[in-house]
Amino acid sequence: MNAISRRKFLKLTGYTIGAAAAASSLTPVIKGAKKINKEKVKGIQTIPTYCDICFWKCSAIAYLKDGELWKIEGHPNDPLSKGRLCPRGTGGIGAHFDPDRLRSPLIRTRERGEEKWKEVTWDEALSYIAKKMNKIKEQYGAESVASFSHGIGGNFLKHTLKAYGAINFGAPSFAQCRGPRDVGFELTVGDSIGSPERTDIENSKCLVLIGSHLGENMHNSQAQEFAKAIENDATIIVVDPRFSTAASKAKYYLPIKPGTDIALLLAWMNVIVSEKLYNIDYVTKYGFGFEQFAAEISSYTPEWAYPETGIDPDLIRKTARTMAMYKPATLVHPGRHTTWYGDDTQRSRAIALLNALLGSWGSKGGLFFPVSYSLPPYPYPAYPTSTKEKLDNPGKKYPFASEEITTGIREATITGKPYPIKSWIVYSTNLIFALPNIDETIKAIQNLDLLVVVDTIGSEIAGWADVVLPESVYLERHDDFNMSPFKQPFFSIRQPVVDPPGDQKPNWWIAKKLAEKLGLGNYFPWNDVEEYLDYRLKAGGLSLAKLKKEGVFVGEKKPIYIEEGVVPEFGTPSGKIEFYSPQLLQAGFDPVPKFTKVEEPPTGYFRLLYGRIPVHSFSRTQTNRILMDMYGENEVWVNQDIADKWGIKNDQYIKLKNQDGVISNKVKLKTTERIRPDCVYMIHGFGHTSKMLKGAYGKGASDSELITRYKTDPLMGGTGMNVNFVTFETEV
Amino acid sequence: MLELTTTRHNPMIDPSLHVWSWEIPLYLFIGGLVAGMMIISGYFLFSKRYKEIDCVCYSLPLISLIVLSIGMFSLFLDLEHKLFVWRLYTTLKISSPMSWGAWILILVYPVIIANFLMNPLKFIEVKFPQITKLTTFIHQRPRLIQNIGIVNMILGGMLGIYTGVLLSAMGSRPLWNSSILSILFLVSGLSGAAAFVHMIAQNVKERELLAKADNSFLILELFVIMLLLVGLLTTSKVHIAAARLLLDGPFAAQFWVFVIFLGIIVPLIIQLLAVNHKIKHTPVAPVMVIIGGLILRFIIVYAGQFSKYLNVL
Amino acid sequence: MARFAMAIDTKKCVGCMDCVVACKNENSVPEGYNRDWIVTITEGKYPDVHLEIQSQRCNHCDNTPCVECCPTGASHVNDVGAVVLVDHDKCIGCKACLAACPYSARFINPEGYADKCTFCIHRVEKGEMPACVNVCPTHCMHFGDLDDPNSEINKLLASRKFHQLLPEAGTNPRIFYLT
Repeated sequence: MNAISRRKFLKLTGYTIGAAAAASSLTPVIKGAKKINKEKVKGIQTIPTYCDICFWKCSAIAYLKDGELWKIEGHPNDPLSKGRLCPRGTGGIGAHFDPDRLRSPLIRTRERGEEKWKEVTWDEALSYIAKKMNKIKEQYGAESVASFSHGIGGNFLKHTLKAYGAINFGAPSFAQCRGPRDVGFELTVGDSIGSPERTDIENSKCLVLIGSHLGENMHNSQAQEFAKAIENDATIIVVDPRFSTAASKAKYYLPIKPGTDIALLLAWMNVIVSEKLYNIDYVTKYGFGFEQFAAEISSYTPEWAYPETGIDPDLIRKTARTMAMYKPATLVHPGRHTTWYGDDTQRSRAIALLNALLGSWGSKGGLFFPVSYSLPPYPYPAYPTSTKEKLDNPGKKYPFASEEITTGIREATITGKPYPIKSWIVYSTNLIFALPNIDETIKAIQNLDLLVVVDTIGSEIAGWADVVLPESVYLERHDDFNMSPFKQPFFSIRQPVVDPPGDQKPNWWIAKKLAEKLGLGNYFPWNDVEEYLDYRLKAGGLSLAKLKKEGVFVGEKKPIYIEEGVVPEFGTPSGKIEFYSPQLLQAGFDPVPKFTKVEEPPTGYFRLLYGRIPVHSFSRTQTNRILMDMYGENEVWVNQDIADKWGIKNDQYIKLKNQDGVISNKVKLKTTERIRPDCVYMIHGFGHTSKMLKGAYGKGASDSELITRYKTDPLMGGTGMNVNFVTFETEV
Repeated sequence: MLELTTTRHNPMIDPSLHVWSWEIPLYLFIGGLVAGMMIISGYFLFSKRYKEIDCVCYSLPLISLIVLSIGMFSLFLDLEHKLFVWRLYTTLKISSPMSWGAWILILVYPVIIANFLMNPLKFIEVKFPQITKLTTFIHQRPRLIQNIGIVNMILGGMLGIYTGVLLSAMGSRPLWNSSILSILFLVSGLSGAAAFVHMIAQNVKERELLAKADNSFLILELFVIMLLLVGLLTTSKVHIAAARLLLDGPFAAQFWVFVIFLGIIVPLIIQLLAVNHKIKHTPVAPVMVIIGGLILRFIIVYAGQFSKYLNVL
Repeated sequence: MARFAMAIDTKKCVGCMDCVVACKNENSVPEGYNRDWIVTITEGKYPDVHLEIQSQRCNHCDNTPCVECCPTGASHVNDVGAVVLVDHDKCIGCKACLAACPYSARFINPEGYADKCTFCIHRVEKGEMPACVNVCPTHCMHFGDLDDPNSEINKLLASRKFHQLLPEAGTNPRIFYLT
């Protein structure tokens, strides 16, 4: 941000703080929501905290210059960032300075979605919510309040809602993202991949990326380790319909036809098994049902896979042998956002099986066994019990779903079955962009008596809300500890670095106040979040004062590989790696993954693919002026030959129309040799329609809008979203 | 197939350089025109023909002063840090054409004023009788007049050449990076100045003489343009690309129509007919020459900024 | 005399722009302006494509057309590290240096002076790395002294293939792209 405009901005800010102080005099002031920069300290101050621009939660050190936020750098002791943040984290200060931030609580004055509001005090807003929630409880039961959230910031609010009696909690991170992957691995090795991923990229000698675009996807530790793998001369194999940045680092690039990854995986395993290249000792020791598996895949030769995938059989053989050569330090990356075609759990299972064949699960350079700290929980009163079941997955329709299915909650909200959902409390997740088929989301919203959105910016879902609660950004608040399982046990603290510029409040404050309004104050026996944090630390024999100063505690190294003495345990029914899965068979599914063809785009249409860019997180960073200065609108990637055929030029604006006739906002063309001719690609998170997001409104096109179709994974309810086709509207 | 993408988006730089808009080409044109005027005037002073060629020697200096001041103001308008303009005169940097240009301009003024003093305006004579003394003083000394002629020619030459060097010193811009550019701007300045006299001179002989001179300058200018283009076309790939900006690229239409055809060839034909008494002298041809010269500066400045090395956006 | 330089490993660089963001913060570069940026060069025909990603900035050339053409001496070569700098109080904003730079690495700061990468000389003088080098998550950027035969950068240049940008411009740029 411009030095001048920042100064101007701070002046403005001073103004709003005054207004906020006046407003909050109506609310009993709670200790802990106190101002921290009341006296501007001259010179440089450094305060450790952990980042929230994505879910990786890197520890960082914020710098203040003369009491004003200046910059933020990685925390050198942090195992995740190793002293270096990703560009989003580095640009994180832009979240604090974002002029489009929500500034005070809002209550809707007109129709839902019209974005007409009146500004209210926190007291009014929370009373309003509590009143409605109590009414819902009376009429329908507390179970009829559902919640969606993303990130650690939702913890306190979930606590309040559980105390209230809510039981339906969803996060798009499962059914719209990593769910199939985790279930695929759970079914195979009895454990999930987790977050941060348990991928030992830096030690891998052969790294296989299937649609995973590391480097464009900047999950910090992974990106750092990816560079390390390049430095170590690891053999990189990239499978992607698009020539990604990672592909440019690869020794082998496999330009696969979209939707045929399972065929490739089966062919790879066929080569490895038929040529006896697999890790025989490992498979013998830990495997279950290998014989049936081997028999099942014996027909999937590279020649069989060729017409499906478009990948030369020789290249399939060569890459399979390369993987085998480096076993067990070969990592077939499980990916993260894996909801592609509706058969994603089976694809992830195939990936798990390939890793198992190579002995990579548990090995150095493969998938390690993460370790973590644990602190005793805070002793809260027990939550009320419910007689009702969660309604996201009625009758275990999706038998292997291991977390709640957001789209299941949405479905129940529309149908009112098995029981009605009358309120959504949404924390920091833009459901309009996150869930496929916006119409269904809006239809569900229309059945609600209360939609509350807690967020830092006025996202699209906030636009549909009845009450919007402005949260302070991570640089202005405390949150729970980060104790992510990783290569070394550690935990870190998030603490306020600067004051919020308006009447924004931290989520713990909102949760506690709401609980009090609901008459559930006893669930928050602490007055201030620091008391809570201190209690847990003391229970673990540690000191808050020290952690506040140091930011991160790193524990002693522990073994994380089989080579280091870890004895692997497999949480499958057989207690082994299930090459052949009886439980899948029992549930009516293929016990060994099978390839089924996906629907092809009609003539003149192209498969819509989407992904990330290093400088943005989801749809929540497009008003961060620093990050927008890096990448301010998305483009649609179109193969050069296709562009020539259509007579459309690089940088020209076009519109995309999907198979259901939905037309996108205008979007810039990127004509390129970096993508197959049968698909197009765009960065997710653009094309905002909320007028509250002034800096992002109408910039680029939204893939979410075009994803009207989705294919549900029958195993776990994930929504495959790469099943939409678009054509070009050249008149804009 | 080569795709280039850049995340840079600096104003005045991206997508292509446009640091200089109308101010600089106008200034370069005026600099050339004044240079031409000084040389022509200086030449007639030196050859002691200032009485017969009176328009050149007596009227041009004042016009030069006015026009040059407009040019300087235009240059000033271009500066982004205007309050610091005085910094130009705290140093002389030999390597910087801009710096010695600033100093040349400082020297140009007294030299033109010396010429001007030979025939000051009536109201000045009335108001400042001392000026008349100076005028008389100069007129009594033919050697001084010749010397004034010499310094006018020298500084005019420097000024004219400098307007080209300002651009041609930029190794980064292939189109400009040719020393022939200075000659081109000098010749174009001379032709513009001659055309100007041709247009305003009352004296028939003077008009005829300058029209003939202008015809020679125009032919020379055509030749120099050809040299410039041939020079570029026989150098590297980037220079060829630069030349093609004018020959068949985005600036070709303006270049061929306004500079070559309407700015040189057509007025040349008209003036040739006029000096051969086939048609009457009219201001049409001189105006075309002058406008052609102005457009030449615009095209060279704009196309030059557009021209760049290939692998950098 | 030190001659600071950078060697950037294009094999490791993923073009994430962290260098650009860090520079913005460190140097309060105004919104809408770049002191450094990412250029991606794509060659070939799908799927046989080759990519080179370059983190670009002022090359702090040995031969400095920008310093040469500056009429006031605002653009100068710093005594420490031969870094090319602009003295804001001397700059009149004539833009000659913008036009003279073959890399177009300079711009006019909204306050009126020519602005560009300083190799974070204020950090380097304190013994720190430039902000971009310091932040790079791929560790692809190396900063050091070309005149010190034992510097990491000289070792890299001795052991790796590299190229500079526009060697034909004759500037002898001091940013080296390892390939």
